Amino acid sequence: MEIVIALAVGVMFGSGIWLILRPRTFQFIAGMMLMSYAVNIFIFAMGRLWVDMPPITPAAGVDPAQYADPLPQGLVLTAIVIGFATTALYLVMMIGARGLTGSDHVDGEEPR
Amino acid sequence: MLLSTLVLLPFLGSVLAAAMPQDARNRESWLAIAVALCGLIAAGALLPQIAAGEVVREEFAWLPAKGLTFVLRADGLAWVFAMLVLAIGLLVVLYARYYMSPQDPVPRFFSFLLAFMGSMLGVVLSGNLVQLVVFWELTSLTSFLLIGYWHHRADARRGARMAFTVTATGGLCLMAGVLVLGHIVGSYDLDVVLAAGDLIRGHDLYLPALVLVALGALTKSAQFPFHFWLPHAMAAPTPVSSYLHSATMVKAGVFLLARLWPALAGTPEWTWIVGGAGVCTLLLGAFIAIFQHDLKGLLAYSTISHLGLITVLIGIGTPLAMVAAIFHILNHATFKASLFMAAGIIDHETGTRDLRVLRGLRHTLPVTATLAIVASAAMAGVPLLNGFLSKEMFFAETLHVGGDRNWWMSYAAVAMGIFSVAYSLRFISIFFGAPAEDLPRDPHEPPRWMRFPVELLVLACLVVGVAPAISIEPVLHIAVLATLGAQAPAYDLALWHGFNLPLAMSLVALGGGVLLYAVLRRHFDLRARAEVPLLHRLSGAQAFETALLQLTRGAGWLVKQLGTTRQQPQLLVMMLMLLAVPVLLAGAPPAWPKVPLQGIDPLFAGIWLIGGGCALAGAWMAKYHRLAALTLIGGTGIITAATFLWLSAPDLALTQLMVETVTTVLILLGLRWLPPRIEATDEPERATRSVWLRRSRDLAVAVAGGVALAALTYAVLVHPAADTIADFFLLNALEGGGGSNVVNVLLVDFRSFDTLGEITVLAVVALTVYALLRRFRPAPESVGVPMQQRHDADPARGQSPAEQANSGYLMVAGIYLRLLLPFMGVIAVYFFMRGHNLPGGGFVAGLIFAVAILVQYMLAGTVWVESHLRLRPHRWLGAGLVLACVTGLAAWLFGHPFLTTHTAHVDWPLVGELHLPSAFIFDLGVFVVVVGTTMLMLVALAHQSLRAHRLPGEDAPPASHHDDGRAEGRAF
Repeated sequence: MEIVIALAVGVMFGSGIWLILRPRTFQFIAGMMLMSYAVNIFIFAMGRLWVDMPPITPAAGVDPAQYADPLPQGLVLTAIVIGFATTALYLVMMIGARGLTGSDHVDGEEPR
Repeated sequence: MLLSTLVLLPFLGSVLAAAMPQDARNRESWLAIAVALCGLIAAGALLPQIAAGEVVREEFAWLPAKGLTFVLRADGLAWVFAMLVLAIGLLVVLYARYYMSPQDPVPRFFSFLLAFMGSMLGVVLSGNLVQLVVFWELTSLTSFLLIGYWHHRADARRGARMAFTVTATGGLCLMAGVLVLGHIVGSYDLDVVLAAGDLIRGHDLYLPALVLVALGALTKSAQFPFHFWLPHAMAAPTPVSSYLHSATMVKAGVFLLARLWPALAGTPEWTWIVGGAGVCTLLLGAFIAIFQHDLKGLLAYSTISHLGLITVLIGIGTPLAMVAAIFHILNHATFKASLFMAAGIIDHETGTRDLRVLRGLRHTLPVTATLAIVASAAMAGVPLLNGFLSKEMFFAETLHVGGDRNWWMSYAAVAMGIFSVAYSLRFISIFFGAPAEDLPRDPHEPPRWMRFPVELLVLACLVVGVAPAISIEPVLHIAVLATLGAQAPAYDLALWHGFNLPLAMSLVALGGGVLLYAVLRRHFDLRARAEVPLLHRLSGAQAFETALLQLTRGAGWLVKQLGTTRQQPQLLVMMLMLLAVPVLLAGAPPAWPKVPLQGIDPLFAGIWLIGGGCALAGAWMAKYHRLAALTLIGGTGIITAATFLWLSAPDLALTQLMVETVTTVLILLGLRWLPPRIEATDEPERATRSVWLRRSRDLAVAVAGGVALAALTYAVLVHPAADTIADFFLLNALEGGGGSNVVNVLLVDFRSFDTLGEITVLAVVALTVYALLRRFRPAPESVGVPMQQRHDADPARGQSPAEQANSGYLMVAGIYLRLLLPFMGVIAVYFFMRGHNLPGGGFVAGLIFAVAILVQYMLAGTVWVESHLRLRPHRWLGAGLVLACVTGLAAWLFGHPFLTTHTAHVDWPLVGELHLPSAFIFDLGVFVVVVGTTMLMLVALAHQSLRAHRLPGEDAPPASHHDDGRAEGRAF
């Protein structure tokens, strides 16, 4: 499992880097989305991998070792929603810049 | 409490003054007068204690953790200065009432002036050095604001900038110096520092501390080589020049030197640095003053020279010199303030300050003329006036210190005396001769109360000059005793000390000055001279401006060389740093024990084969096939959600799934506005060498970044987790938070302040998106109906979305999805309600609800939905935030900290006992904000099509000629 998660994170992050280094705004936004998946899973994995142990405690006085780490989950949940908001913001900047400059290059003008 | 009242009162007055209407000139003045009077009374009430030699202290905790207390401390020196600030302040305020024109925005003026008064009182009454620097910088700031008061004038702006740059830079040096002093002594308390003089003088860091403190003092007091800012500060209204730039603020520098005299003085370094700067200033200022053509310019240079005189006395540093310095500070404040006010009256009445134009004012302004002549006589050091006394003490000190060897000091003093007589004569020359014919205005005596402050100050000059022993000596004694302590010398303020050398020097200065002026007038036509002889090349202001210009140019050059406005290089550097910096920072990895690996589930590996494949394919397709790329990346997102589900994070899985949906819709809405990019199919474009190089470089960086993060992930996963705070949450979620879903309790209870911040960010982003889209102008070629909707064979062509959904080809789907709306609402409520105990909660429920509405928009179009369902996303945002905040604030009512959760158990009929924590209401706020945010963003984006669309069926305007060259430009 560990190797699968590590590879998944690596592939998504690498694809993301490739895309954010490209010159078109759409490529950039796609890259940011892939990178945010990678980073979210990375942060999530810091709480280690737990199968079938969701942090839902049915009764008081449980053994914490029997449950997944809720802290990274809480942080990543926040990150997912904030990620959505920043994607929206970036998208609006993307179409706004395109309308204003007539170009979808990240610098607002075609390279000479 | 007297001291804190004294400092606070002007600031309060400043706030009040700022709140008054534009034309409240009288009320403003009364307010300021009341503030100054109250201050004087409060300071007067301290007199018995001060006169008895006590040090009055008031302390307040400031930064207790750093050992800083806010100390107000009044001893004799501080008291005398405070009285000076308040008394001159009172007169200046009275004067300003008549000086300021009704057109000037007076609230700003009086507000700044009172703020300055408070800052200056703060400087003199500070008992803590750091606090003193804070007030010191505040005086620089208020001075900046006051110089730039008439900000429509370029010279005012320039003067304000220059004064602020010089004095605030000096203030930073002073701050550094104070920190060094604090390091040496171990305390910032003034009393402790003053008592540690020997320790400081013997310390290795003495010289740096002295230089830094001196830099602060010399810049503030306009000493050579920093004197150039003061003449440019004369662009300020005259009351300001009179108050700040002659009587009080510029004295802050010499005050500080006098204040720290017990701690720093008494070494050759002190004498050379302070005295040296003083001698240069005194000669330079006095000499340049003779050749000024502006009335205020002359006074400014004369102020510089007198400040130099005081600095020299402090630099000499003997107890008697200190007495003379403090005495001259008071005398100079008196006569120079009155001279500035007189200059202001002349300017006000005649409309000009040009010495070449003004003459014969004796006839039209007889009273003002008499007053100004007496005050300039005091400035020149004519006997029977206060200036004479302190100047004679100065001559005596230079003789005493110089002795036989340093005779040049006495000569410099006499030269300065000669120059000052000459410029005083130049000043009063405007009152003599035939009346000028060509004045811009016909002069009259000013209003009674405008002249009153001048009269009072000139009277003070006379009284002190004639009977110093009974008028000024008690006051001076208080200040001297506080500065010098046991070293206070015996001195005798008297008019006549017998015929001695200082008197001879005074006489030589008087005679020489008259002679010099006569010669200059007769042989070097003063009126015709455009520049100062010998020294006109020595322009500090020019050097300052040049230096600033070069600095700006240098910075520009550096930015051009090292920076770029292009995004790709910036990101490349960032990614390279991401790879390099952690490796450089991290040392050898610690020896962790390894944990046994979990076996690989083939299904899990299989879904990631798909997820990884989608990511790679998405990266490949993003250039030419945006829709395909979006779909592929969405696939990766779904696999990510599945991973969360697999790995025991159902809440994350739900949220990821909903966010994925909404994001995809969002980007689909945006894709329409991007230019077409069509891959050339028949003849593949030959990539050039440089393009290949660039792509290989980016690929290498991408692969390296991916491998690095994968390796890091793997390294962490094969090692056991350290103890975290997770156990606390798991153990307390049910008992403390009242919910068994720990993640949800974490979000709405344990870390609810975080969540409050997050929903605020969401609301801000939504509003930003909305605001940006209001200004959105689509590119011309994307305005028309897209090509895909213009196919002739399409039966839906020409139908509006509502027609398509209600009677057209989307009818089945339309009815079905409309039927689905209430069910999706119920599901949203279900997920919301169970959120505290099972996966769900405000975020997820909000997203589900938003999707339910979105589906309707997608199906039937904006017009139809909004004619049937009026949603106001802005109000949702506001309501949600209010709900969340009020829930948090309600905790205060019960005496608990912000956002404390309370759980209530309610018995409902039929339903039974209901477990209702207040976090539930907070979560409701989250839900409402999420719905509002999502709706606002997506609807605002969808509305753009509405704005830009032509009627369906109408052809798009010809797009080809616009910029097809650009649109098909190479992507790399």
